[in-house]
Amino acid sequence: MNDNTQPVRPRRSYGALTIEFLGSMNMAITLLVVIAIAAVIGTVLQQNQPYTDYEVKFGPFWFVVFHKLGLYNIYDSSWFMGLLGFLLISTSICIWRSTPHILRDMRQHRTDVEHKSLMGFHLKGEWRTARTDEQAAQTAGALLRARGYGIRQQRYDDHVVVAGMKGSIGRIGYILTHLAIVVICVGALIDTNLPLRFKEWRGEVKAETANIPAAQVPASSTLPASNKIFRGTVTIPEGDSANFLYLQLGNGYLVQNLPFTIALDKFRIKHYPSGMPRSFESDIKIFDNNNKKEVLHTTIAVNHPLDYKGYTIFQASFADGGSHLQMKAWSLDLPADKPLELNGTVNHFIKLTTPRGKRTIEFTNFKLYNIFPVDPSDKSGKKFRNYGPSFIFKVRDPSGEALEYVNYMAPQQVNGREFFMSGVRSSPAEPYRYLYIPIDSHGGIERFMQLLAATHDQKLLKQVVAHQVDSQVTGNSPQDKEMRATMQSSIVRLVNMFVAEGIDGVLQHMRQNVAADKQQDAMNSYIKVLQSVLGDVYVKVLRQDHVDLTHGVSNTDSRYFEDAMNAMAMLGPYGSPFYLQLTNFQQVQASGLEITRAPGKDVVYFGSVMLILGVFMMFYLHQRRVWVWLASVDGKTEVLFAGSGHRNRTEFETEFSGLQTELQKAVPPDVS
Amino acid sequence: MSVSSEYIAANFERPSFFKRLGWFDWVWAALVVAGAIYAHTYYAALMNSYTVGILYGASAAIIGLGWNWKSVRPLTLVVAVVSLFAISLYGSDIANAQHSFFLKYLISSQSAIMWMSALFVMATFSYLFGLVIRSDFAAAVGTALTWAATTMGLIGLMVRWRESYLLGPNIGHIPVSNLYEVFILFSIVTALLYLFYEQRYQARKLGGFVLLVISAAVAFLLWYAFDRHANAIQPLVPALQSYWMKIHVPANFIGYGSFALAAMVAVAYLLAERNPQGALATQLPSLEQMDDIMHKSIALGFAFFTVATILGAMWAAQAWGGYWSWDPKETWALIVWLNYAAWLHLRLTKGWRGRPLAWWALIGLGVTTFAFLGVNMFLSGLHSYGGL
Ligand code: HEM
Repeated sequence: MNDNTQPVRPRRSYGALTIEFLGSMNMAITLLVVIAIAAVIGTVLQQNQPYTDYEVKFGPFWFVVFHKLGLYNIYDSSWFMGLLGFLLISTSICIWRSTPHILRDMRQHRTDVEHKSLMGFHLKGEWRTARTDEQAAQTAGALLRARGYGIRQQRYDDHVVVAGMKGSIGRIGYILTHLAIVVICVGALIDTNLPLRFKEWRGEVKAETANIPAAQVPASSTLPASNKIFRGTVTIPEGDSANFLYLQLGNGYLVQNLPFTIALDKFRIKHYPSGMPRSFESDIKIFDNNNKKEVLHTTIAVNHPLDYKGYTIFQASFADGGSHLQMKAWSLDLPADKPLELNGTVNHFIKLTTPRGKRTIEFTNFKLYNIFPVDPSDKSGKKFRNYGPSFIFKVRDPSGEALEYVNYMAPQQVNGREFFMSGVRSSPAEPYRYLYIPIDSHGGIERFMQLLAATHDQKLLKQVVAHQVDSQVTGNSPQDKEMRATMQSSIVRLVNMFVAEGIDGVLQHMRQNVAADKQQDAMNSYIKVLQSVLGDVYVKVLRQDHVDLTHGVSNTDSRYFEDAMNAMAMLGPYGSPFYLQLTNFQQVQASGLEITRAPGKDVVYFGSVMLILGVFMMFYLHQRRVWVWLASVDGKTEVLFAGSGHRNRTEFETEFSGLQTELQKAVPPDVS
Repeated sequence: MSVSSEYIAANFERPSFFKRLGWFDWVWAALVVAGAIYAHTYYAALMNSYTVGILYGASAAIIGLGWNWKSVRPLTLVVAVVSLFAISLYGSDIANAQHSFFLKYLISSQSAIMWMSALFVMATFSYLFGLVIRSDFAAAVGTALTWAATTMGLIGLMVRWRESYLLGPNIGHIPVSNLYEVFILFSIVTALLYLFYEQRYQARKLGGFVLLVISAAVAFLLWYAFDRHANAIQPLVPALQSYWMKIHVPANFIGYGSFALAAMVAVAYLLAERNPQGALATQLPSLEQMDDIMHKSIALGFAFFTVATILGAMWAAQAWGGYWSWDPKETWALIVWLNYAAWLHLRLTKGWRGRPLAWWALIGLGVTTFAFLGVNMFLSGLHSYGGL
């Protein structure tokens, strides 16, 4: 903007200086860079997480410091708003200052230009012609006009000036671009709901942090239906309805009342053949709050929101809305083979008394489909596999410790055999470790539970162990008897330990009691003993089950035994006193809706259109000026042709030299 | 004496832009329109009014592009003919990719993209070789290879588009939906932008620099395809099923491509500047010219990036319920935008030129790359089209 620089005035007030500073180019560039850096911080530090997460991450001291700096919610923090405010002010001042110049500059052809200044131009040509100044002016004007220049001609005492100008409209680009920034900021500011922020600052509105039903949220955390600016969410189970939203605010939420009620009929997920979700849809109805009449019945989907009276209703997420689950709870501790029938509901809990004490079962989710990519080693040709329904629950002990479980309803194929799968983990950050319970010849879990019950039956166990020991140590001397008794009791102890704590328990015990160099041998013999004792117990179970054993134990049954042993070895870390087998369910889904009112949106869009127009105009329409300065000297005419381009120097140089060639053809140099 | 209107007409009047167009320009326009109408009628069932609008808008843009940059025309025609040929070989069975010779080795999307990759790498070597041995011929070979690579890349994308529909009518979508596909797009757009400046400024020796960034993209593409099997066509997640994708993504990549081009010219600038009489500097365009290319490229990139970001905001408003959510991808788009806004101000209002701005353009590419790749790799958010 070289040609617009103002001469420096000697003394100015502080106000003028401040305005000059705010609207200075350095300020603008600094602002752009600082806002960019602030934005970076907000992406590196994940925003709007639960405060406890930050506290764990940063420790008590930095947690508070960062909190005070507003780093958990940067884009809503007052200092970030302040930065945007500065941008707004700075840009406004810039526009305010430059617009009059630009508008004037666009109209003025500058016929009052002086010879001296034209001589200083980088682009110029001089020659002398035999044409009169009038002729030359006419010709030059006609040529320039034909080349798209707007023309002004002015006769002075001793010279004539033809001034041409083109592409001035491009200068509007500057105004449009910068005004657009202001308009967009204003639109965005409208949507941040400043009056509400003010109330929040005054303490008239404050976030609720407790997890309580919306109806119990106090008035200071509730916004009336008349509020015109918000963006909130609500999750509605199928068959249920809601007339309020939750707005996130700091570490808590506000309840926003709606002037209508939304009811969810049905939530649907459609799938591609591969099992990937193809669409999320909700069939919703809208009721008027006053007369309870249904006003609308429609379906919304991702990318297809509903506009209703200035409210926009989006399909945002989905969840379980309280599916009903029927289960059998198999005790893993008792010599009992009859399960307990249980009924549960997702998002609810039940309490149970077990041999290990009281337990709370919190049902957290139910999934109808579990579609996972198959292992690349799988040669079935399928890319995905559906594991069928599953449910997730937590088992909490009286001290508050909880393990999380995922149980699949249907048996799953693993290595050609089928198992009931149940995963366990102690925190969501861990992967699940799975328990694989083999299915029996009837396709059920019963035989495993019978086997488990039999291993808990001390009388049976002693009988089996005694029988084995008797066959190994015969004789009736007192030493023999004592040896039998010792062997019996230690083997029973070993089996009990295995049953109660799994193979890990046995390992741990051995590490404490056996010298390091003997551990491998000891473990081998332990396993052999366990296998033979439990094998005998297994045979008894098979007999009870009327399995024909005249030809010995079949291959299938002995493989079943190995799988069962493996499962039993996992029971220690499994950590639950029971196994929950899902027998029936009734799925209830819930749809997460987002509802917004953003009156600033149209302002932002208007600003955006201005911005696009402005930027393209600024870059692709260049203001260019040329002058033909003509003076009569000795019956000839001196021609001075000069030009200046606002931008895009190289292109203008080419254009200028083309023009000069043409002009010299039309107003030829005098060669005489 | 005044200048007569006959005189003006005879000596000064130049025909208007449209009058200056020759018969082939009109044939060209007619062909594009015919193609658009054909596509519109043939695929009417798959289009809604927005996509029809985008189709005709894109046709108008291609006609205008062809009028102003003639080389686009043979490119478009070859891509169209070969793509139609590939589509006819497919018929309605995706399995033909294994049976037909042409599809298997040349023009199924996967083969075409592999050809594109190979040709880009060869072009890079030709350009660099031309620079080292000061051979204009080697550089010209580089140019030819770059055109060939671009052609194959575009054919690959067009055929991939069709292939996605052969997998199932619900699955079909424009191939700009995941990281693998946009890397192809990025390579093509950057190459085209470069080819334009190359013709315009006779700047062939810049090719070695610009093609380096394309080769890097190709290397990523190959790793992504062979190591991660990302080349498989995947159906669209619900959030991406929108006509906005068709305009938002290409606009974005014109921006990214321009910024990448500017950064590579900046590298050439910085190297040439160290020794203005050196072997390198004497082969490259003048410093002033490179500075100018850098500026033009950033201006173009900025303009399209502005459009892309605004389109993105409008899409977000429809898909997520807010035109701006400070999602990491959005935020980084803003950061890139502010960065180049600062760059433009320094050049246009503070009169900065040359070295500092070249460095800034290079750093700008780092920022842009993070917005493009880093966000997907390191930050989580709503944008879900391509984790690594
Ligand atoms: C995010 C905000 C902004 C954007 C995107 C932006 C964009 C631009 C662009 C692209 C140009 C180049 C124009 C050309 O090619 O001539 C420009 C020029 C300019 N900008 Fe900004 N600008 C912003 C904020 C500001 C602010 C805050 C100021 C003032 C303090 C400012 C003052 C100027 C001035 C004086 C020019 C030169 C205009 C001319 O020579 O015609 N800009 N702006």
